[in-house]
Amino acid sequence: MIYEVFRQERKGQPFAHAGSVTAPDERFAEIYAREQYGRRQESTALWLVPRRALREIDEFPDEFDLKYRRVDGYSIKARLKEARAAAENAGRLRGAVSAGEKST
Amino acid sequence: MDSRTQEFLEYVQSGGQVETGDWLPDEYRSRLIKFIEMHGNSELMGVLPERDWILRAPTLQRKLALTAKIQDEVGHAQLIYRVVEDLGKPRAACLDDLVSGKAKFHNVFHYPTKTWGDVGVIAWLVDAAAIVSQKALLKCSYAPYARIMKKICWEESFHILHGRDVILAMVTGTQEQFELVQEALDRWWEPLMHFHGNLIPADEDPMYVWRIKSQANEDARQQFLDGYVPQIRELGLEVPDPALRKDEATDRWVYTEPDWERLRAVVTGHGPASQDRIDFRRRSREHVEWVERLLLAEAA
Repeated sequence: MIYEVFRQERKGQPFAHAGSVTAPDERFAEIYAREQYGRRQESTALWLVPRRALREIDEFPDEFDLKYRRVDGYSIKARLKEARAAAENAGRLRGAVSAGEKST
Repeated sequence: MDSRTQEFLEYVQSGGQVETGDWLPDEYRSRLIKFIEMHGNSELMGVLPERDWILRAPTLQRKLALTAKIQDEVGHAQLIYRVVEDLGKPRAACLDDLVSGKAKFHNVFHYPTKTWGDVGVIAWLVDAAAIVSQKALLKCSYAPYARIMKKICWEESFHILHGRDVILAMVTGTQEQFELVQEALDRWWEPLMHFHGNLIPADEDPMYVWRIKSQANEDARQQFLDGYVPQIRELGLEVPDPALRKDEATDRWVYTEPDWERLRAVVTGHGPASQDRIDFRRRSREHVEWVERLLLAEAA
């Protein structure tokens, strides 16, 4: 059986895929994974998962072009310029901030 | 070449990487298997020159270091065969081809080790030559292989330090110890110059075309010389090639061209230790066959 090995380098880091081992059962998979990925104290933790338990998803259709869910679906620049000019023209600006200055 | 293969080629040539489940052109897959399998074989055969010295190492620390290095190499072989299996060739078939002489392994592992000086030179310079190639493989177009190369490169860096430490101890010891190192270097220089392969230009090398290798053979060799000739010379050791020098105009090393026919003979099993090593592998495989059978039966 093939077991995928994920290792965590330090606490707080994600578990990253590190490779796989073939083993007849879980006991041997643990022994082999400890040898391969832990004999130099290079990992704080390992996850062992039988390959058949993993399910990969690799297609994400976007038929409706759902741009409103993403940062690239909004273009603020032109509208912001317009809004600043409108505020200045209507005399709504109080204090030092004007259309020429940028807010943070 | 059909258009799907052409698209794939353009994709990998512009830095794209592929995974196990992706569609791979037949030629790419078979070249990949052959290349990666040869690497796995080399890691497995590479332990044999060093294994000879565990019982004869001069100190306990060296015995332990050598044993740890050997364990690393076998571990690398296992990682690498695992990648080959996922590409479609079972480990048993790889080992069959290795012990029948059908599959190849790197030239340097076809030579005997005569003295402790050899052990130092191998761990220092042969591993250094290997790490030049292995760093280039971090960019392999086949991602599962590129990923295991990270672990392999990380572990190889200890091996080089161990080798260098062995050499430094000997060159600061007695005159006899120094001469052991020089003599070993004299014998290992030709295999080292052969190691990165012949002078095939990158764009004619299928391994580079498919971006399995990301570097031309000669570029790897130049990198090795850049890094290690100064290290060799600063210890008062002599490189046994009077023609070796760096040409100022081209900024490239110039050297006596190795005999490429000799390299071909060695890697096809006619090296001084080729048959011994292959025989050893075949016998040890026969000896442990019962263990494998038992484990697989228990698991079933």
